[in-house]
Amino acid sequence: MKKDKFKIDNINLKSRLIVGTGKYKNLSETAKAVKASGANMVTVAVRRVNVLDKKKPLLMDYINPKKIHYLPNTAGCFNSKDALRTLRLAREMGGWKMVKLEILGDKKTLYPDMIETIKSTKVLVKEGFKVLVYCTDDPLQAKKLEDNGASAIMPLAAPIGSGLGIHNKLNISLIIKQSKIPVIIDAGIGTASDATIAMEMGCDGVLINSAIAMSKNPILMAEAFKNAVIAGRESFLAGRMKKNSFAVASSPKKGVIS
Amino acid sequence: MAKIQINGKKVSIENRASVFDILKKYKLNSTKVAIELNGIIVPRSLQKKKKLKNNDKIEVVQFIGGG
Repeated sequence: MKKDKFKIDNINLKSRLIVGTGKYKNLSETAKAVKASGANMVTVAVRRVNVLDKKKPLLMDYINPKKIHYLPNTAGCFNSKDALRTLRLAREMGGWKMVKLEILGDKKTLYPDMIETIKSTKVLVKEGFKVLVYCTDDPLQAKKLEDNGASAIMPLAAPIGSGLGIHNKLNISLIIKQSKIPVIIDAGIGTASDATIAMEMGCDGVLINSAIAMSKNPILMAEAFKNAVIAGRESFLAGRMKKNSFAVASSPKKGVIS
Repeated sequence: MAKIQINGKKVSIENRASVFDILKKYKLNSTKVAIELNGIIVPRSLQKKKKLKNNDKIEVVQFIGGG
């Protein structure tokens, strides 16, 4: 079999699992979970430094950006202006052009505002950013993002942090079929089997934060997701058997003792 | 002394201090943060040149855990 490569724009990734770094008990747990997940891309947020805190533990001291790709996000941004400001600062900080755009439209559902999202994608692409876009599972909006130069489409499985799993398989499969750029499920995955299902459907990758960080044992769950994504991908590549409405015996019918 | 705001907090600084001086004062590693002065990004290469004046507003940001 040809080696199964995963590439987003010009970046080769060893794992099809991307993990978030939020919600962990502390930075040490974050680092251990990232390691156990086998991911070599992590999402990170951009926030004000508490200048008066002398200790200031830094994410960069726990997860080395030279070894693991940082994917800065725009979490908490509700309009294009704030998102662009955040990502320009992120680029200045790390020098990386690959970013996760996420513009939320509503505090209760954290549902993406696609009008602002498409507007920002255009601007960012023009400025040379490689944009991975958190979006609704609407095939039309996903197509618009692709047409406007997005590097990857990241539809939600269910609302952020809900852990409900993939709620609209039909839409996700339509997006997979039409997209020429990677489709990565972002948000709403609850447990390892959800990730396997996404990968078996033909998603190129999954992005997981809460399902690992909020589990009872995040480090073990990180490993579970690593295996789940590999299993799902291999299953997709292998191609599942045909479904039958009735039983089809597994043992030969010939030679049964009578 | 000049009065400026860092991340929304009012502080007093030496006259003609640079952005870089402020990073030093608060023990911030310039390679691990990004700076905005009055809404405009100050590239790392200009941090020493950029002097601060009364009523300037600085934002200092870093990467933290996020999803």
